[in-house]
Amino acid sequence: MDFELSDSERAFRDEVRAWLKANAPRDTEADGAGDMKAFIERRRAWQKKLHGAGYVGITWPKEYGGRGGSLMDQLIFNDEMILAHAPEPINVIGLGMGGPVVIAHGTDEQKKRYLAPLLSAEEIWCQGFSEPNAGSDLSGLQTRAEDKGDHYLVNGQKVWTTLAHVARWCMLVARERKEANPRDGLTYLLVDMESPGIEVRPLVQITGDAEFNEIFFKDVKVPKAQILGEAGQGWAVAMTTLLHERGTLGLALATRAQITAAELAERARKLGRGDDPLVRQKIAQHTIEARALQLNGYRAVTAVKRSGIPGPEGSILKLMWSELNQRMTETAMDIAGAGAQVGDGDGWKYQFLRARANTIEAGTSEVLRNILAERVLGLPRSR
Amino acid sequence: MFVGAALNCRLVDFAFSEEQEMLRRSAREFLAKECGSKVVRRLMETPDGHDPALWKKIADLGWTALGIPEEYGGVGTFLDLIVVLEEAGRALLPGPFFSTMGLAVPALIEAGTASQKKEVLGAIASGSARATLALTEPAGRWDAEGVRLDAKQTGGGWQLDGVKLFVPDAGAADHMVVAARTRGEGEDGITLFLVHGRPQGMTVTPLETLDMTRRWSEVRFEGVRLDADAVMGEPDKAWPRLKRALEWATAALCAEMVGGVQKVLETSTEYAKARHQFGKPIGIYQAVSHKLADMLVLSESGRSATYYAAWTVDADAPDRSLASSMAKAYVSDAYRKVAGDGIQVHGGIGFTWEHDMHLYFKRAKSSEVTLGDATYHRELVAQALDL
Repeated sequence: MDFELSDSERAFRDEVRAWLKANAPRDTEADGAGDMKAFIERRRAWQKKLHGAGYVGITWPKEYGGRGGSLMDQLIFNDEMILAHAPEPINVIGLGMGGPVVIAHGTDEQKKRYLAPLLSAEEIWCQGFSEPNAGSDLSGLQTRAEDKGDHYLVNGQKVWTTLAHVARWCMLVARERKEANPRDGLTYLLVDMESPGIEVRPLVQITGDAEFNEIFFKDVKVPKAQILGEAGQGWAVAMTTLLHERGTLGLALATRAQITAAELAERARKLGRGDDPLVRQKIAQHTIEARALQLNGYRAVTAVKRSGIPGPEGSILKLMWSELNQRMTETAMDIAGAGAQVGDGDGWKYQFLRARANTIEAGTSEVLRNILAERVLGLPRSR
Repeated sequence: MFVGAALNCRLVDFAFSEEQEMLRRSAREFLAKECGSKVVRRLMETPDGHDPALWKKIADLGWTALGIPEEYGGVGTFLDLIVVLEEAGRALLPGPFFSTMGLAVPALIEAGTASQKKEVLGAIASGSARATLALTEPAGRWDAEGVRLDAKQTGGGWQLDGVKLFVPDAGAADHMVVAARTRGEGEDGITLFLVHGRPQGMTVTPLETLDMTRRWSEVRFEGVRLDADAVMGEPDKAWPRLKRALEWATAALCAEMVGGVQKVLETSTEYAKARHQFGKPIGIYQAVSHKLADMLVLSESGRSATYYAAWTVDADAPDRSLASSMAKAYVSDAYRKVAGDGIQVHGGIGFTWEHDMHLYFKRAKSSEVTLGDATYHRELVAQALDL
């Protein structure tokens, strides 16, 4: 067991820290607040700048435009980004899921075509999985991909799609054939969002923002060169996508939780509530859980370093973070008393509302508990 | 400052070595054979929970030398001891192993004079002696303020008067480290004494304990005369040494607790697979499986917090005090919750004396209130956050 950074890791950390200090814009606005278009362009420019400095796709192979760095380098970079309060790059879905799934399942041509513009933010990605009648049960999806020889004809509807309104590519799971097992006969397509027949409508959330969209597909032509993995074997590709979503995302969330806990302690001091024993107990407990979450992440990384892909243990991170984040934002509101109802509460009001989605998006807490029960503990499947 | 400190020590290698994993396997095998439920239950009924024959086997395996410096006969690191303690907790090993290795050994390492270490650590390492720490008093406090037992200089030596309560395994201990008040208040004026055997005026009265696998006693000092060389280190200034010893003790206790949590989780999971109701294994029902998933989260998180605390103690990292408080706060709540839910998953059979689940439930409670409960440690964390 060893928690000290090596000399080269320390040097990389110092380099990143200095670069972010000189270059990072302060992330003062809540996501999507104000002029959406200007916001998107600022984030796109920021990713370009990061990319120019070699900080995008840190663990991706050099031949596809990545840095060819280690998992440790990625972790160090993530932590420094959060410590610097630097904004996320625009292509969160592409970098977290799109790129890794293309690297895992794509052909050489696909890797050459998609990865470089994804890294440079020329092309933004979105994820077309959920549908009005397929939420937790993804295998119930109804969007059809009809085989027309050299292409598919796609018809259907996707929902809760982050960035769909600005994305160039959509990771789409559609049904090619009806099979006895609903997980069979699905095909994973990379759909050009500029294709005729696609309509994107924003969905206004409880925060008042429109982070998510609905996408409607009407006779959309998708060339067969844009199948990812094997036709009819889309379920396996989708599962790789979700493992990356919960695994790598989980680690970033773990660090974020520690920042949130520290900000909460700061808020308690500012509001003069730091002497209240109940407040002290609550904030200490949040801080301890945030730390335990991060340490779980470190143990999961040790396992990933050995096996190469994130395991179902990554589900623990997402489950813990989402519920902890809700409790933390509740405490932040509680300690403001009646003041919680007015003003923007230094951004906590937004976080308090936004946190309600945390236990739903990227796998509901109920689905994650099923995963832990079935895949980690080996309990019988409930469905 | 706190966040920076936490973020600046990152993962390089968060796992035990291959040798430590071998030690774990052999410890689990040994305890399954030598310390099964029958043995635990037999020792529960004895006056001091100590089985000299079992102790000899444990010493022969080298467990009583773990974490002790080589110059005093030790072999292996604190992390090796952590591995064994986790297995001891899993098996509910009764007797003075934790009190000796988790409480007395660090106090001796931190505060003992060279000759005290040579004599007592040497005897512990070789398996010929057991020891404990007498810290708490009727007020039940784990901080410096709680140390009131009076020690006065008389002639060339010292006289001790007062009562220690909740002293683990005092009945089986050959040596006892005693925290006494020699002047003032708070952290100033605390002196540690090393007491051998039972000097005149010292009485040990066993207490009836909820967790019968843990023996606690009242130790009364009435005009107990000690020689000058009974003082450990410098008089009046022992608290900082004792505090470091308590960090070791806390990480060690958490390791035992994590072993118990894991065992309860495994037993309950197996039961949920085997037990059928309404024609199906009960683990298929989400009311049961989600409870087990939550137990898994508590188990894994407690383990992470504990291993990290153990590493900070072993590496003498600057955040060892904070890390051990975080671990104890988390694991105290986690073990009580998991052991309670373990009974619930088992239904009626889990509430019987015959089933082992209550032994873990009771061990969870006794461990929770040893070395400070979750509320106590959360307050220490709040202080570290400058709240």
